[in-house]
Amino acid sequence: MSAPDRSGNTTIGAALPRTNALRLLSGRGQYVDDLNPPRCLHAAVLRSPYAHARIASLDVAAAAIAPGVVRVLTGRDVAAMCDPYVGVLKHVPGMQSAAQLPLAVDRACWQGEPVALVAATTRAEAEDALALIEIEWEELPVVTDAETALHPDTPVIHPELGGNLCFERVVTEGDVAAAFAQAAHVVEAEFITSRHTAATLEPRTILADFNAADGQLTVWHSTQVPYMMQWIIARHFRLAETQVRVIAPDVGGGFGMKIHIYGDEMAAVAASLLLGRPVKFVADRLESFVGDFHARGHRVRARMALSKDGDILGVEADDLYGIGPYSGYPRGSANEGLQVSNLVCAAYRRGAYRAVSRAVFQNKAMYGQYRAVGHPVACLVSEGLMDLAAAKLGIDPAEFRRRHYLSPESYPLKLAGGPVLEKLSQHEALETLLQMMDYAGLRTEQKKLRTQGIHRGIGLASFVENSNPSAATYGQGGVSIASQDSCTLKLTATGGVVAASSITECGQGGYAVIQQVVAAVCGVPFAQVKVVIGDTETTPVGGGVWGSRGTGICGEAALQAGKALKANILAFVARLQESEASLYDIRDGQVIRAQSGEEVMTLEAVARTAYFRTDQVPKDFQPELTVTRSYAQKTYNGAYTNGIQASYVEVDTETGFIKLLGHWVVDDCGTVINPLLVDEQIRGACVQGIGAALFEQCVYSPEGQLMNGSLMDYLVPMAGEMPDIEVGHTCTPTATSELGAKGAGEAGTAGASAAVLNATNDALGPFGGVVSEIPVTPERILRALGRLS
Amino acid sequence: MKAPAFSYLRPENISQAIDFIDIYGDEARWLAGGQSLLAALNMRLAAPSVLIDINGLSELAGISVNAGKLIIGALTRHREIEHSPLVAQHASLLALAMPHVAHAAVRNRGTFGGSIAFADPAAELPACCIALDAEFVIVGRGGERRVRARHFFTGLYETALQTGEILVAAEIPCARDKGRAAFRELARRHGDYAIAGLAVQAAVEGDVLRDVNIAFFGVDSKPVLAEHAASVLEQGAATPARIEQAQHQLAQDLAPQDDVHYSGAMRMQLARVLLARAIGDLVNLETKSAAR
Repeated sequence: MSAPDRSGNTTIGAALPRTNALRLLSGRGQYVDDLNPPRCLHAAVLRSPYAHARIASLDVAAAAIAPGVVRVLTGRDVAAMCDPYVGVLKHVPGMQSAAQLPLAVDRACWQGEPVALVAATTRAEAEDALALIEIEWEELPVVTDAETALHPDTPVIHPELGGNLCFERVVTEGDVAAAFAQAAHVVEAEFITSRHTAATLEPRTILADFNAADGQLTVWHSTQVPYMMQWIIARHFRLAETQVRVIAPDVGGGFGMKIHIYGDEMAAVAASLLLGRPVKFVADRLESFVGDFHARGHRVRARMALSKDGDILGVEADDLYGIGPYSGYPRGSANEGLQVSNLVCAAYRRGAYRAVSRAVFQNKAMYGQYRAVGHPVACLVSEGLMDLAAAKLGIDPAEFRRRHYLSPESYPLKLAGGPVLEKLSQHEALETLLQMMDYAGLRTEQKKLRTQGIHRGIGLASFVENSNPSAATYGQGGVSIASQDSCTLKLTATGGVVAASSITECGQGGYAVIQQVVAAVCGVPFAQVKVVIGDTETTPVGGGVWGSRGTGICGEAALQAGKALKANILAFVARLQESEASLYDIRDGQVIRAQSGEEVMTLEAVARTAYFRTDQVPKDFQPELTVTRSYAQKTYNGAYTNGIQASYVEVDTETGFIKLLGHWVVDDCGTVINPLLVDEQIRGACVQGIGAALFEQCVYSPEGQLMNGSLMDYLVPMAGEMPDIEVGHTCTPTATSELGAKGAGEAGTAGASAAVLNATNDALGPFGGVVSEIPVTPERILRALGRLS
Repeated sequence: MKAPAFSYLRPENISQAIDFIDIYGDEARWLAGGQSLLAALNMRLAAPSVLIDINGLSELAGISVNAGKLIIGALTRHREIEHSPLVAQHASLLALAMPHVAHAAVRNRGTFGGSIAFADPAAELPACCIALDAEFVIVGRGGERRVRARHFFTGLYETALQTGEILVAAEIPCARDKGRAAFRELARRHGDYAIAGLAVQAAVEGDVLRDVNIAFFGVDSKPVLAEHAASVLEQGAATPARIEQAQHQLAQDLAPQDDVHYSGAMRMQLARVLLARAIGDLVNLETKSAAR
């Protein structure tokens, strides 16, 4: 397993296969639904069939006595046990939302909102009983179009808020009006992205077990954030945190969707608290479509002012998006808009800048953070404008980008809106990419094939991406989510190391990252490092995985813990040897003399002496072979990464179908711990971005009904349609940590959509059509080509 | 997504199967490959009180040739058709279509008869059977009857099958010397139901087409035989001009409606393009310029 360097140690940067993969591939993973404790009840949830309706009457009597049913919970039952929640960030000025409860009480505000929960001895019986709940609905006027949500004659979803505006943010720098007044050229477009859903392989699942005898609530949860869940469950059900244990076993995909509070899950917890027995709820695929948080769905009107010589004088963007009837709890639904307004053309010397982002309430499914939060929208707008400008000026798109990147001397650079770009590597990334893809060769091929009626396009997309977020993301907004993480290491009696880390794992490789860092730093064989994660009772406090923070923050805590354990081991050995710690090192599980490499003691001998033969330990010396270290990134709001992607497509101009021929990424995530993990993260993330570009779209009717809520109708990208994705790297470690790692999990998603859209428009170039809405469906292409009216 | 409770019967022969369906009538559904039915049950879109599992009826499965006809038993799995030398020889249209029927895992279980009887308007096999001028063999209490494929599909998920009847086989005239087939469909992801597709069977000599059967799917509530377009193509050599004329004639044959996914105009455009390309496949013409 181990790929030792010349010193015999596993290294940071070695391409090690992940040790937990075989377990998952052999079907021996353990997901929440694999757990079936005795007396477990199964919950099914009644959902609103309407986007907005009042509950005129609700009668659960027949359901309550149906076969197998133990309890039916209504909105009022749960409201009596659970304090309401409001999803606002206090550091976003003017942000507002309404109080929300797990189950609707008097009215439902989206199609799919949970209304009642049936707990029965089987899921089938619980579903049978749902049909017996008698409920009378009175439909209310709906707000579905974000564009008209703020009009004075549009109904207000929550009258107490005085309107449908969640928040508005304006970011300005310089004199935008003057920039456009002086401009020799202006390019503009309206960029539209669709609502998506995450479609994790494992749906949301929770198993809550309240033991009334000891007052302990254990919750097995398919979540990215056990500590956040512990805090929220304790707080809202009025329990002490010490009464609540949250365990995240194997998690089959999160993508940010599993960092939110869901009413059906909270109601399942309520049922367990009431009944004193285990209650399991598994969101099935159909209810996932209307129950899971959605994301994106932005309309951005943007324009760019250019001088006669092609300099960017200014950029203006107006972003509007609909977030569902409540801002999500506890993280709020603002972050997509915050990132869009921060990051339009942030990779470039963008001149004067003004960006407005507004989030409005609407009667659609809940909405929130999803892989690469806001970045794909900002990138689509930025790179779309860059290509329009390059075309207008008749400059090659690669050259136009090269001319406008931030200069290498400008870092660290504070952007209007707050983020600081510590250090980017855009020029190097561009040149690496152009070489990888043979840009010049592809341009020649493109030109030649056009004469044969074959229309191919090349699209570039530079991106900047937040990672390793500080407390500025949530803590400062009054939201109780840890922005620090910790790692506890202990030397086992046989010389192995157990690492308890606050990182979590939803398939991305968090386990393997900690294992590799600890093995490398401590000098312990890779296979002798065991990692414990995902349990509030056995791991130290931390934020879990979201926002490209796992490796950068949890990894740094593991590195510091490894150094501390190693130092303690060497101090102990030095004392035993009556020598100096600095003269020793650890290699491949052996304490050695640093100079000669001569073996002094095995780690097993060290542990045995410390634990079993304390008679051999000097009286005045206590070896500390269990250590904890913590880390928070406090220098910047986030450690920004950068990179660039390219897409090569062929458009069938008769059918509007697009074939993806190739995709290239150059990413700079600083220090790479394991290139296998990083490259596959980037590929997977690219596929999600390509999905957004070509396939994924939640289609709503004007009445607020989701029209394509199944995996047959909602198209997720499949392997067969994906191109090869070639990944390269530039490496600019962050100076905010010793490890120097920045996020890698979202970069692919941030840039892929823009690369594909730009490539498509490049192919359409000779026809004069432009598409600025994703997904780029065949129908949209044919309309752009004028083949459909 | 748990099916409501149902009773389960597994007859040992066709006559027992007919006895069961006589007893339960509309309350019962045949269970063959289950690739559509079980999903419908789990989604509670259907709630039959009885499932009659015909998977044990080996007399319904298999492919054979008899008296100039290729006979495909209703219980034959898609996979067997996909790999059958008899099908490749006598009804190559089905062999061309089969890789487009869902995915390998579905084809391993899914049955030919199940796809025909379910009559999804976007399914490949109903259109192929129309283009091949197949006849379906149907058995009920009253005995056996035959219905031509072109009369079998009566509406959205509706067929000529009556309560109490079971589809047992399709009989397909074996392709003659000049018989050629073309199959095309457009789906955004391989294996999905097509936005539009067509199955064509014709006698081809050089660039002259005779006995042209063109069946479209995915463009209406049931598969559609494009007779106007076919008759244009039967009038002489398949020149670019004639193909273009046939494309225009599709307006007489098809009237695709708007739905949640695509506009009718979009499906019409795709149908025209597919027609030209399929005819091109038949006569090996370069169709790009003609299809505009």
